[in-house]
Amino acid sequence: MNGARVEFRGLRRRFGSTVALDGLDLTVEPGELIALLGPSGCGKTTALRCLAGFEQPDEGEVLVDGADITRVPANRRDAGMVFQSYSLFPNLNARDNVSFGMRVRKAPTAKRHARAQELLELVGLPSVGERYPHQLSGGQQQRVALARALALEPRVLLLDEPLSALDAKVRVTLREEIRRLQLSLGITTIFVTHDQEEALSMADRVAVLRDGRLEQVADPATLYDRPATPFVAEFVGAMNHLTGLVSGDRVTVLGQTLPVEGRAPDTAQVDVLVRPEAVLVTPVDASGAEGDGIVMVSSFRGSTARLRVHLGDGTEVLADVPGHDSARFAPGTAVRVGLVERPVLVSARSETGAATAVPEPDVV
Amino acid sequence: MPLLVFVVIVFGVPMLVLLGGTFTKEGAFSTANLTESLQGAYLTALLGSVKISALVAVLGGVLGTFLAQAVVTSRFRTLREAVLTASGVLANFGGVPLAFAWIATLGNSGVVTTTLGLGQHGWSLYNFWGLTLVYLYFSIPLQVLTVVPALDGLRPQWREAAQNNGASTWQFWRYVGIPVLTPALLGGVVLLFGGAFSAYATAQAMVGSTVPLVTLKIADALTGNVLIGHENVALALSLDMIVVAGLVMAVYLPLQRRSARWLR
Repeated sequence: MNGARVEFRGLRRRFGSTVALDGLDLTVEPGELIALLGPSGCGKTTALRCLAGFEQPDEGEVLVDGADITRVPANRRDAGMVFQSYSLFPNLNARDNVSFGMRVRKAPTAKRHARAQELLELVGLPSVGERYPHQLSGGQQQRVALARALALEPRVLLLDEPLSALDAKVRVTLREEIRRLQLSLGITTIFVTHDQEEALSMADRVAVLRDGRLEQVADPATLYDRPATPFVAEFVGAMNHLTGLVSGDRVTVLGQTLPVEGRAPDTAQVDVLVRPEAVLVTPVDASGAEGDGIVMVSSFRGSTARLRVHLGDGTEVLADVPGHDSARFAPGTAVRVGLVERPVLVSARSETGAATAVPEPDVV
Repeated sequence: MPLLVFVVIVFGVPMLVLLGGTFTKEGAFSTANLTESLQGAYLTALLGSVKISALVAVLGGVLGTFLAQAVVTSRFRTLREAVLTASGVLANFGGVPLAFAWIATLGNSGVVTTTLGLGQHGWSLYNFWGLTLVYLYFSIPLQVLTVVPALDGLRPQWREAAQNNGASTWQFWRYVGIPVLTPALLGGVVLLFGGAFSAYATAQAMVGSTVPLVTLKIADALTGNVLIGHENVALALSLDMIVVAGLVMAVYLPLQRRSARWLR
């Protein structure tokens, strides 16, 4: 299979008064796996459906290898799609589901059965060909759906939250298998998800959408370390918002002066965006020295523990410490708080003016 | 336990009486009643009932399914709810009131018949086709009520997955839509068959004995309109009906189970 170059150009789509896509511009390179990430209603699924042909954009174009396919019917697009769940045809067994596209194209029975078997083996299910969807687990059904999507050797693979209905363990296994398959086949893949862990762990690049617009598209490390907007900073990973004072290209925060990453805003008072792992906490020893704050909550996560520290000025800060050290940071422990010496992101002070830790997301 | 008692009283006892009467003639065991119920006018009536029931089931099934599809795909929620409510009422509109409603409308002196002069063109409501038309009046809504849940259960992802695999609309219906819906559609058809097969009052009020139907023959026997010594033929006819209904149910139940599994 050869991956295709996919371009969304100025894509707009409204549903009544709701704007689903508001001028989306995005290019996906051949063979790339890109994740469309964003909260519910941000337009990520609509963008995917416009590419699949299930939605017609009000404005803009969808191009595959330079060819405008915006008005091409869904059944004539060279794209395989895996849906969120329950998309296998219930009246067909796994083998016939996989070979459905070949049946439609009137391929000889022997040929399509052989191809179906080959694909079932590819997704790790060589012996379920005769089973019907209701006889398969959720994970198996999605593997069969993946095999079906690959059966016609599409140049673009579309994944619409294919793991969201699966339990956590199966989800992790399957996402690794999807990535392995995608890399071995070299197929351009667009993966819609609202799960940042999934996006960051699987994708070559992640496109973060908000209100139908692209906020940032970057590789996972860049997205995490250098979010382009406060929204991305808040949406991807946990982030502390601390009050800081800018002076030139440096900012003073929590009593430390650190260089500013990028261009500082014109305002003197700013939000300083700091990841929990960049916050240094040390327990105050028994000598009676005064601490900067008190540990309110400690959540053990295996290799790390996440602390919620209440500072003297009322600010709450999230901080990560090594998991084996978590016993030293029990709730009620007085701690000193500092920041790792490296450039920090700052943004104009938010309207609320309150410096807080962003609520912890489910993952990362 | 209460269910068992209920079943025994409501189904078990009448069944025993029915079987006992069917196989009894002049105080002794005999299959004469059963044999007689499958001969002559009785056989004609039984076949007449099967014929009209099958016709109503097929026509009602097809027309009801199209109407149900229109209801399911309608963008007008109010219209959808209105049609479903009307179907709920009309599916239970039978018997003498229904017969007189049609007689007043399309009978020999009915409003529409006289207004349009249908009588001059040979129109008559009081025959096989007239009765079929009246039966369809409650059968089509019944099919709508039966099929709408199945059509609602047809997931949009299936159509999109089919399109994504290159299928046209027709190919989707041929390979997925119709096979998935078939058990539910046939289930509806079976219900229509049963409804028409057991209908009595509408036919009695409309056509009397003009159209031979097994339910009318049973009524004749129950009201004493039979030769002496043939009283239990009505019970034998009832047994014939139960056998026909049983055969139909034997087809329906496995289909229904499969449909429920697919559309779960």
